[in-house]
Amino acid sequence: MPFRRSAPKLLASPAVRVGLSISIATGLYGISFGALSVTSGLDFWQTMALSLLLFSGGSQFAFIGVVAGGGSGVAAMSAATLLGMRNGIYGMQLNALLHPTGWRRFVAAQLTIDESTATSSGQTDPAEQQRGFWTAGIGIYVLWNLFTAVGALAGSGLGDPKQWGLDGAAVAAFLALLWPRLKGREPAAIAVVCALATVVAVPFVPAGVPILIAAVVAALIGWFSHGRSDEGLEPDVDPYEEHHHGHGHGNPHGNGDARRAGL
Amino acid sequence: MNLWIWLLLACALAYAWKLAGYFVPAKLLKDPRMSRVAGTMTIGLLASLTIVNTVASGQALAADARLGALAAAAVALAFRAPFLLVVLLGAGTAALLRLLGWN
Repeated sequence: MPFRRSAPKLLASPAVRVGLSISIATGLYGISFGALSVTSGLDFWQTMALSLLLFSGGSQFAFIGVVAGGGSGVAAMSAATLLGMRNGIYGMQLNALLHPTGWRRFVAAQLTIDESTATSSGQTDPAEQQRGFWTAGIGIYVLWNLFTAVGALAGSGLGDPKQWGLDGAAVAAFLALLWPRLKGREPAAIAVVCALATVVAVPFVPAGVPILIAAVVAALIGWFSHGRSDEGLEPDVDPYEEHHHGHGHGNPHGNGDARRAGL
Repeated sequence: MNLWIWLLLACALAYAWKLAGYFVPAKLLKDPRMSRVAGTMTIGLLASLTIVNTVASGQALAADARLGALAAAAVALAFRAPFLLVVLLGAGTAALLRLLGWN
């Protein structure tokens, strides 16, 4: 296990320090998830179930986003599940990187999200990759759930969510999740095409379904075009961003080039 | 109650994706198409969710204060504002525009 070290030594590890700071940054926005979830019509425990069990920011926001728009439970589940596919890709990368065995494999799977993957794969030393994954994974899990609860409790006392602009907060949250993935012209074009497909579909199909239509359009683009294979697979909050300010685009992770070369 | 069923199913399927990554043969890793579809679908879904939450009211399209929230969020993101600040600015803009009479 990565933690057989004394505390001061652990804090000297760059991966642990990056993991802790990404935990705080990501955990904090659990507040916005909690608040938006209860104002979308989910109750406190449904909100907590999403953070404890589903534990993948984008999918959780997708679930409540569909419910808030009047979509059905099936549509909410489908959107969340399609958005969770990338975690399967991360799982394959992490399995090759960390080789977890026994029960740790099952725990590692639950902690497999954008940020823990990025923290781990941004390191080159195998021991650091371990520490980065577990620090970010456990840290985010604890703080994300804590702040989801805080947000859910605060949100349920707000009264009319529209008065506080919480529907505007949802819009901003989705754009903020999308933004870091729009590196280059092609992902931006995919986003525009899918947004247009959505708008065209809204008047004709039940609420929630336009999102699934956009997912099919995006999947077809991915299947038949030949761009970077890691497009769209960036974390919402980049753990290594501060070290790469000013370098502009591209995946700044240590193994970004390897991933781009087709894994 | 009905929502609970879909919610728990969504949780189970999310874990199934994650777990599949650890148990699928590494050979599949060499197929870049898989990760490409996962990536483009992530972009497409998030773009779709953004626009639905901005302009859809059930099955109708509407131009209201949420458009202001989208614009404010875009500006904040262009200035590299952190996630939580972007969300707060989105909420603040929508609330302010409503206060000024634009629904």
